[in-house]
Amino acid sequence: MDNNKILEMKALHFSYTEGDEILKGLDFVIDERSTAIIGQNGAGKTTFVKLLKGLLRPTSGSIHFEGNDIANMTVAQLAKHIGMVFQNPNDQIFKNRVIDEVMFGPLKIGMAESVAKQKADEALELVGLKDLAEKNPYDLGLSSRKLVAIASIIAMDTKVIIFDEPTIAQDYHGKELIKSVIRKLRFEGKTVITIIHDMDFVADTFERAIVFAKGNILLDGTTRDVFAKEDILKEAYLEQPNVTKLCQSLGYDEVFLTTEEFITYQKAKAK
Amino acid sequence: MSKIVVENLKYKYPATDFLALDGISFSAKAGEFIGIIGKNGSGKSTLCQAIAGLVPNFYKGSYGGKVMVDDIEVKNVDISDLCEKVGTVFQNPFNQVTGSKLTVYEEISFGLENLGIPKEEMIQRIDEAMELLDITKYKDRNPFDLSGGQMQRMAIASIIAMQPEVIVLDEPTSQLDPQGREEVYQAVQKLSKKGITIFMVEHNMEKIASYSDRVLIIDDGKQIAYDTPQKIFSRDDLDEYGIEAPAFTKICRELGKKNPVTGCYPVTLEEANDLLKKDKGEM
Ligand SMILES: Nc1ncnc2c1ncn2[C@@H]1O[C@H](COP(=O)(O)OP(=O)(O)OP(=O)(O)O)[C@@H](O)[C@H]1O
Ligand SMILES: Nc1ncnc2c1ncn2[C@@H]1O[C@H](COP(=O)(O)OP(=O)(O)OP(=O)(O)O)[C@@H](O)[C@H]1O
Ligand SMILES: [Mg+2]
Ligand SMILES: [Mg+2]
Repeated sequence: MDNNKILEMKALHFSYTEGDEILKGLDFVIDERSTAIIGQNGAGKTTFVKLLKGLLRPTSGSIHFEGNDIANMTVAQLAKHIGMVFQNPNDQIFKNRVIDEVMFGPLKIGMAESVAKQKADEALELVGLKDLAEKNPYDLGLSSRKLVAIASIIAMDTKVIIFDEPTIAQDYHGKELIKSVIRKLRFEGKTVITIIHDMDFVADTFERAIVFAKGNILLDGTTRDVFAKEDILKEAYLEQPNVTKLCQSLGYDEVFLTTEEFITYQKAKAK
Repeated sequence: MSKIVVENLKYKYPATDFLALDGISFSAKAGEFIGIIGKNGSGKSTLCQAIAGLVPNFYKGSYGGKVMVDDIEVKNVDISDLCEKVGTVFQNPFNQVTGSKLTVYEEISFGLENLGIPKEEMIQRIDEAMELLDITKYKDRNPFDLSGGQMQRMAIASIIAMQPEVIVLDEPTSQLDPQGREEVYQAVQKLSKKGITIFMVEHNMEKIASYSDRVLIIDDGKQIAYDTPQKIFSRDDLDEYGIEAPAFTKICRELGKKNPVTGCYPVTLEEANDLLKKDKGEM
């Protein structure tokens, strides 16, 4: 189905410096499923999403957004469709008031002031920072600053939303909050792509997982299928989720993704 | 003999009206691995800064009680003198980079240069630390051209190379890939076995549970508990402090599986496996 091709990569190559290729010919499609990109440090994950945003341009090959080659679009044009929360919030935040920061993106892509204000308020509410709207982002801790960065992108209301390591510095509550934000965005028809090193979070939240390794895709499938492949994950410096590991060591053939799943299974069996 | 003693520590940042630390008291022996947990804003980083002397000597503010490292009272010494004894890996690696160094190698040697270590030993320590964190191949790279996880690895290597007696790590592996994170924990555990005292702030409870000798829970600046991981994660009130028990503990709690000897729920994969595998066999 063509309308499922939100983003399509064709023989995508990229190098920062000649002779040191970071992405080595990626061919794949991003569809509507919520998708996690996982892989070793330095595998090329952040580089890849910067290419989607047009912040970097392919050395060769192409990226198509809803059928159009993004080589023909400026960063500003792309920003209307593809939003990205940076790995380091300091790369993103520069205003002195949280509300100004969150309204900046929406205004920049041409939203009317009143609409931008409304979107910003909603986004801050969603990430639980409504009370901090008047604060200076620089006075906030890393966890809150990351949430400001997330709200800023959500407020832009783009079709595609990319999170680069959204759970850095988040406590239990913060992680659960981000899970619910991702599920809500997915439900609203957004395409959510998330780079993340927390396998338990991936297992609980995403429909699809793509494993990057040394500039190639090593695995791509439903989260359950991907987390079944212990050996390949190891090769990519990854691990199975904690509950998956436990059940494997207990000798179960089934792949359990969450503690709830396993507990329910056990309780049903005990009856 | 305790390496670190914290006594009724209270602290308020300048221009704030609440205690970020409110009556913290604990001690740690040389070589102990201490986990520090609690929700966002509970005071974990502030406590780290207090152990390293940045609170109060850099941040100022109002301070009560004391922090002793051996027989030194932290607030009475220069931060630059204390950093030979107490090394800190800050929460945000992006802030740790000095910005004044051109290469990863120079960045790591920066801390050592001030310690007056012979050149040869310096080179050896830097090489070892880079090897340990798997960043040797980036030694000539500009630190700002590293990936997030590589930068975090560099921050850890910088501190390890200084070989302090106490290492404070504030969420040091939040951007590491799963195997890299495990490797860092094993490396840090090795240091603790050599007698280096470790303070580790972490939101990943499985790691805290399998590596800590003792765990400190902080909430709203107050010390809630200081005990073994088994005791800590068997508590019924973790929810109140925004803490999730390790996956293994949650499973065993739901299934009513306590360790008959300790009366606690398992906290590691191995413990849970031992308790649950009998069950599976019976089915
Ligand atoms: N500006 C740059 N110049 C040269 N090399 C770079 C630059 N930025 C990144 N690299 C290198 O490109 C490779 C891929 O980096 P990238 O940031 O995409 O990795 P990543 O998969 O996001 O890793 P992490 O999980 O650590 O964030 C790394 O080896 C990195 O050192
Ligand atoms: N430089 C500062 N000035 C004023 N208040 C501060 C400063 N740094 C931290 N605080 C406040 O002190 C309290 C404790 O913050 P701290 O950073 O120690 O928490 P934390 O447990 O490390 O949180 P996190 O899990 O988000 O890192 C918070 O209310 C925070 O807002
Ligand atoms: Mg990255
Ligand atoms: Mg902190």
